[in-house]
Amino acid sequence: MKRAFSVKVGPMAFRVGSAWADPVAALERLYAGYPKPEDGIPDFTVRLEPEKPWRRWLRPSVAIRGDYMLPGAVPVSLAHGLLAAEMAMNLQVAMGERRFLLLHASSVERDGKVLLMTGESGSGKSTLSALLGEKGWRFMGDEFALIEPETGLAFPFPRPVSLKNEAVAEMQRHVAAERFGPELLGTPKGDLRHLAPPQSAIAGMDVPGRPALLLFPKFGLPRDVRPVQESEVFVRLTQASTNYTALGERGFEALTALVKAVPARAIDYPDTATALDLVESLWSDLA
Amino acid sequence: MRDARILAWVLADPARSAQLKPHQWTAMLTIAQAERLLGSLAHRLAGLPVPEAAARVLERARLSAEADRRQALWEAEMARRALAPLGLPVILLKGTAYAAAGMEAGQGRMIGDLDILVPRDRLDDAEAALLAAGWEWVKPDPYDDAYYRQHMHELPPLIHKGRDRMIDVHHTILPLTARQRPDAAALIADAVDLGNGLAVLSPEDMVIHAAAHLLADGDLSGGLRNLWDIDRMLREFGEAEGFWTRLLERSRKHGLTLHVSRALRLCHHVFETPVDRYLAWQGRRGDLFYVGRLLARNGWGQETAKLLRQAFYIRSHWIRMPPALLAQHLFTKWRKGYQPIR
Repeated sequence: MKRAFSVKVGPMAFRVGSAWADPVAALERLYAGYPKPEDGIPDFTVRLEPEKPWRRWLRPSVAIRGDYMLPGAVPVSLAHGLLAAEMAMNLQVAMGERRFLLLHASSVERDGKVLLMTGESGSGKSTLSALLGEKGWRFMGDEFALIEPETGLAFPFPRPVSLKNEAVAEMQRHVAAERFGPELLGTPKGDLRHLAPPQSAIAGMDVPGRPALLLFPKFGLPRDVRPVQESEVFVRLTQASTNYTALGERGFEALTALVKAVPARAIDYPDTATALDLVESLWSDLA
Repeated sequence: MRDARILAWVLADPARSAQLKPHQWTAMLTIAQAERLLGSLAHRLAGLPVPEAAARVLERARLSAEADRRQALWEAEMARRALAPLGLPVILLKGTAYAAAGMEAGQGRMIGDLDILVPRDRLDDAEAALLAAGWEWVKPDPYDDAYYRQHMHELPPLIHKGRDRMIDVHHTILPLTARQRPDAAALIADAVDLGNGLAVLSPEDMVIHAAAHLLADGDLSGGLRNLWDIDRMLREFGEAEGFWTRLLERSRKHGLTLHVSRALRLCHHVFETPVDRYLAWQGRRGDLFYVGRLLARNGWGQETAKLLRQAFYIRSHWIRMPPALLAQHLFTKWRKGYQPIR
């Protein structure tokens, strides 16, 4: 591969090879504060390659390849090379991870206890976790929560936050400009910009916490809080997990233990101020 | 890293891993993943000191292989239940057979589809029983369906609608259009009953099937894994009294002596497998092309030797079909706008 980049994020390390210089330069800027893989050995390999040999120069398009590949994955324009790298890294984890139960959820920590937020794209879970990370919580990740089946602990996976559309402007009000990645306009996922997490998140990337509260946020509705039954939480989390089936009995045990131990609430919110207020009040009710 | 030799070198003797530098570990693990040999490698390296980062990768592969194995054996049991009313023994082939028989070749192996063998005159019954038990067709194209039924060694693949698992029902081990005609009745007659309604081929037939699958059917994609299966079997069965003589006689019976002989030489070359000199000496031309193709992958997991790969791809069609049928097949596929997925 022409250029290569490697990084350690929480309990796993990545190696990204690229046929072009630009995506690697963007990764180096965005992951400037992160450590390198210990022993120099990555957990997962990602390759950003031209979809066909001539697509290296001619209307360059990036095919997402690596240890794990999705047949029929659509190539991305080279202008969105950073997005391709991020998607490819996520794909490796989603398809390859077996030690942890993966939940498609964001997570933040305070006093050793972890708040998990899960929901569909557009629910606001990424933005909420990023905001809380600026307001006294430790940001643990906006994409995957890693639950260790043997202990029930949640492990951090603090990758840069992928902010979409209006969320970019929202976060720019709270965070200095140098922590933002390049503007990626008109991607298949909309207008997108990455945000490097605070230094505290990177420094604490090896420190797990115990899940204490699970929220299902929904943006764009009047303020409301509802309890969610255990059975529904269970089903929604099986859908939010990319490797629940692959883990077999370990996955089932881990998920049922989590559902029984952690209270769950659905919260609706019309704006972020309301969401933050809801989170703080539900959190203080726990004590 | 120029090719996959480093992986073969460590698989053959895991203690060699102590000499690996970090970039060699990285290359080996990546190649093993791409060749679907990571679980086998994890099994071979179990108990040896490895760098912490490599241990994580191997642990994932071990967990994954364990899940594969459990699911494969369950799927075999499901097929047994579906076919039991017909009085048919379920003869397992390939990965599931190795796992069910507790063979070394099954240790850490990734297992995909379920492959079984039934007598050709019971094929219709087996098909009906599987359809009744929830398996469904996945080849909706009438040409493909007809092609399978006329020319192939198996039914068109079926997928179970509830479990989303594929079954390949074979009635012999090579396409009917291949130049060789293995004796399917003998394969079935000499199958070994496992005592739980499942059976596997005899040791010699298992080796011959793996060799035929590797060298007389297909373009050697995933060939390194198939060759590793053969290495494991030769080492496991090779000590038994009279094994090599039986293997030679059996290969002749199936008309596959040259394929078995080449498989033995390739095993010896790539994995240092001890093999019978006499049987391995039959027709030696072109081995280096095969070795080159089997190892054609670099330390980033990328396919290398594009021309050689292309040549073996073309060969795979040539050996499976007589020229007239091949021409007709290619014409039909071309008219449908089919492009091979590379």
